[in-house]
Amino acid sequence: MARRRRPKLAVWKFASCDGCQLTVLDLEDELLEIAGTLDVAYFKEAKSADEPGPFDLSLVEGSITTGHDAERIREVRARSKVLVTIGACATAGGIQALRNFKDVRAFASVVYASPETIQTLATSTAIADHVPVDFELQGCPPNKVQLLEVISAYLNGRKPNVASHSVCVECKLRGNVCVMVTGTPCLGPITHAGCGALCPTYQRGCYGCFGPMEAPNTTSLVRAFRRSGSSQIDVVRVLRTFNANAPAFRAESEAQEKGDEGTP
Amino acid sequence: MSDATTRTIQVDYLARVEGKGSLTIRLEGGEAIDVRLAIFEPPRFFEAFLRGRSFMEAPDMTSRICGICPVAYFMSACHAMEDALGVRVAGPLRALRRLLYCGEWIESHALHVFLLHTPDFLGYPDAISMAKKHGAWVKRGLRIKKAGNSLLSLMGGREIHPINVRVGGFYRAPARGELDALLPELRWGRDAAAECLEWMARFDFPEVERDFEFVALRHPGEYPFCEGRLVSSRGLDIDVRDYDDHFFEEQAPYSTALRSRIRGRGAYLCGPLARFNLNFEQLFPEVQDLARRAGVTPPCRNPYRMLLVRMVEIAQAFTEAIRVIEGYVPPEAPFVETIARAGTGFGGTEAPRGFLYHRYTLDESGTIVDANIVPPTSQNQLAIEDDLRELAPVLANLPHEEATHRAELAVRNYDPCISCSTHFLTLKVERA
Repeated sequence: MARRRRPKLAVWKFASCDGCQLTVLDLEDELLEIAGTLDVAYFKEAKSADEPGPFDLSLVEGSITTGHDAERIREVRARSKVLVTIGACATAGGIQALRNFKDVRAFASVVYASPETIQTLATSTAIADHVPVDFELQGCPPNKVQLLEVISAYLNGRKPNVASHSVCVECKLRGNVCVMVTGTPCLGPITHAGCGALCPTYQRGCYGCFGPMEAPNTTSLVRAFRRSGSSQIDVVRVLRTFNANAPAFRAESEAQEKGDEGTP
Repeated sequence: MSDATTRTIQVDYLARVEGKGSLTIRLEGGEAIDVRLAIFEPPRFFEAFLRGRSFMEAPDMTSRICGICPVAYFMSACHAMEDALGVRVAGPLRALRRLLYCGEWIESHALHVFLLHTPDFLGYPDAISMAKKHGAWVKRGLRIKKAGNSLLSLMGGREIHPINVRVGGFYRAPARGELDALLPELRWGRDAAAECLEWMARFDFPEVERDFEFVALRHPGEYPFCEGRLVSSRGLDIDVRDYDDHFFEEQAPYSTALRSRIRGRGAYLCGPLARFNLNFEQLFPEVQDLARRAGVTPPCRNPYRMLLVRMVEIAQAFTEAIRVIEGYVPPEAPFVETIARAGTGFGGTEAPRGFLYHRYTLDESGTIVDANIVPPTSQNQLAIEDDLRELAPVLANLPHEEATHRAELAVRNYDPCISCSTHFLTLKVERA
């Protein structure tokens, strides 16, 4: 009988810190088993021999910040049956999307003596802004158990089972005392679950590294922040970190900057 | 005649390094006339978007420069801010910072040693294919890495991009019992690191000696993590605050990473080999014995032996972590209060890959008006290029595929982190 072909996995990197790829290598207990079930066909950070594809599952880390990368992601899409983006850069543009709110040439001249040799786009954007994406796994970095779930779901031809509620729900499940009660601003009510409510468990407010949950009530939360003493600039800062360009966070930070009560 | 031709060796996308880079070597009659380590990692402009942010935000934001060594960014940023604000973190909080850094050294070194570097010495393209014959060692390496990560998980909240570090200390200090629970695995790790070092000492190391100027922190009482004077093997001995007077960064038109030089001299090397050579006496006596038994003692100038030096540092970090936990007395408060004020602060700590420098200028509200970050790979780029220049006559006489492989090996010794330096490798060898 013919042996069943092992599905081919590829891991791709765009503008990023490499942390999401490292999430794969941090599956210390499962890594050798995954390698037995899957053919790790392309993974530059971990192996020097490449296979050309096509690939059954592509995991994509990083955002699009150069014209060359905008071309490259289209090639990756064409060679991938299923494409899953992992992390805040790939799903929302990452922290480097803070350029989207400023003039990128001015940015380049702060860092480089000869900014004219630096090839970069004016914006940092999510992968889904460039090609169709089958599933987006949020988080800076994503949770490795959720990543394992996404890989096994696609291997078995089903949809990943990843909770879509807020960090607030996870916090209640852990039995934490709400940090907002002591006046600490916390993005937990509007942030996508996945971290297990880490920050409130460590006695700090959630800083939104998993990005917005589905249909977040940002306006109401921001009003509560303002009532407990946060300034407008504090609110803009807290919304503009690793998921600054995610539409819900972006709209709210821009409304705040304009001095609006909030997005309708 | 082959001497009259120029040949180009090119590796377009270096594998098993963190980030994206390429290498081009132009050979003319067996001599390298041009060596370019080009980093094409897209620029992310951290120093620009930090302007206008609060001093409290710098640790979390700069940690996103690197997913492999976020703790280094946390530590350098915190120390720089505390310097600007006139705050000192001492006692148990200082010990907890060393403990967290031990976790990162173990995790980052183990990733490079077992998953990225050992396959080169045993002739495999990756650790997964190496595991078929050397499964027990790969599993031991993964367990060592996981033991390092257990420190990050507890102290930092999670392995990648920890959430528990702040200017002044931590959000929450661990309870004695939480730390004690880690001890059995850390003691296993200390013994396993010694076994791995003994095994790796039997690998074949090419006989190469390089005349590096080593640069690292040196502290009178301990192997350096966060504090000490910045010293070199050629007599440099300065306060971290004077870094800019002695070092400068330049931009090459083919690379998005800036490259550092020592004023008046040029290339230098920071990282494990530099720390080891400049601080051997500060290793725990039992770790010094392990190094001697493995045949690595200062001065070690062979870049291939950095593999062994990383294992020595893993053993040191396990021993230090155990020591910190055994002597732990919980702090009265998890952090020292900080009050915003205007000023400039300097921070330099030992990231797994070498000295990481941060400088910030704050206004009276604590808002950042200027930021400068110099990661270790930017500092080591020239030394890597020099290494390849010396290797060029050997490469010139090898078939292309083998030359490419040898050049990649040489680069991988340095465990370059390209995400950091732009904040790795395509090899191209051009022959005239």
